[in-house]
Amino acid sequence: MSEEPGEEEPPSFEERLKAARSRQGLDAPPPPTDRDTGGLGGMSPWGVGLRVGIELVSALVVAVAIGYGLDRLFGTRPVLTAVFVLLGGAAGVLNVWRLFAPRPTRDRGR
Amino acid sequence: MAAGGSIDALSQFKLAPVLGGFTQSNLMMVVAGLLIFGLLWLGMRPRAMVPGRLQAAAEMAYETVLGMCTETIGPEGRAYFPFVFTLFFFILFGNLLGVFPYFFTFTSHIAVTLALTVFVVGLVTVVAIRIHGWHFFSYFVPQGVPVALLPLLVPIEVLSYLSRLISLSVRLFANMMAGHVMLEVFGAFVVMLGAAGIIFWLPAGFSLAVNVALIGFELLVATLQAYVFAILTCIYLHDAVHLH
Repeated sequence: MSEEPGEEEPPSFEERLKAARSRQGLDAPPPPTDRDTGGLGGMSPWGVGLRVGIELVSALVVAVAIGYGLDRLFGTRPVLTAVFVLLGGAAGVLNVWRLFAPRPTRDRGR
Repeated sequence: MAAGGSIDALSQFKLAPVLGGFTQSNLMMVVAGLLIFGLLWLGMRPRAMVPGRLQAAAEMAYETVLGMCTETIGPEGRAYFPFVFTLFFFILFGNLLGVFPYFFTFTSHIAVTLALTVFVVGLVTVVAIRIHGWHFFSYFVPQGVPVALLPLLVPIEVLSYLSRLISLSVRLFANMMAGHVMLEVFGAFVVMLGAAGIIFWLPAGFSLAVNVALIGFELLVATLQAYVFAILTCIYLHDAVHLH
């Protein structure tokens, strides 16, 4: 097509066809792979909700277990548990963020 | 079952010894292992160019897991294929065997799923340390963060890493256990309503219909949870290999 430079103002047929198809919603966007969604692909809203709940709670459970264990070890009963509850809550939110964060940018940011 | 008018939904998870300390849970694990071995061995014995049904199933199983490994982990994923394959099919067969009446679902015990998860997370950590050495610990240090915040953020990252132990094991365990509790509850409804008199036969039939639907749902959950466990293992292995 490049041999006729005067005609090349409008985009090529392929491009126009692609634009028209996407306007009409004929081209489905490529389905997200499981790499992108962290295994969330094709899950029902119930599944996603359960997943998020488990991610939130599991971090808290681990944190409380560690905090309680360290407290027993050092004899500083409530202090470390309290600190680790806060850290565990933050880690749970981090887990959920990881679940929904756009993965490719994370990889490129590395 | 419905004993004394109350629904005992949890007794189905009780371990019963089959032979000494060998419980029915252990027996189902052995059965699952033998079935997987049988599928692959018998399936691949003809070595036909045009596969028969069993060989096609064995080849599909192989290719599905291989695709999961290479797409998620990358080309290095082939090295971890045997591990992921074993894990996926052990859990899948454990879940599916549990749907049969009188069979036991060994994945409905947190002890089993937690043991599997400890193994997965331990292996992922060992792989990461073997590949990256001390550099592995930079995984817990987020990039582009002021140094003053690191004492706060590093423990959060470590906790997030360790929370995989709970999230992975509880997800599988909770899904399997919840499904079987539901089956037991609706099964008990059928018996109790059916025994209560002829006017209750309609709701009893409804409960039976719900149970039929639940069995189908259980098949879906069994496959999906095995898949989720395997794909998350792959994602963790990807993080260990590439360490972003």
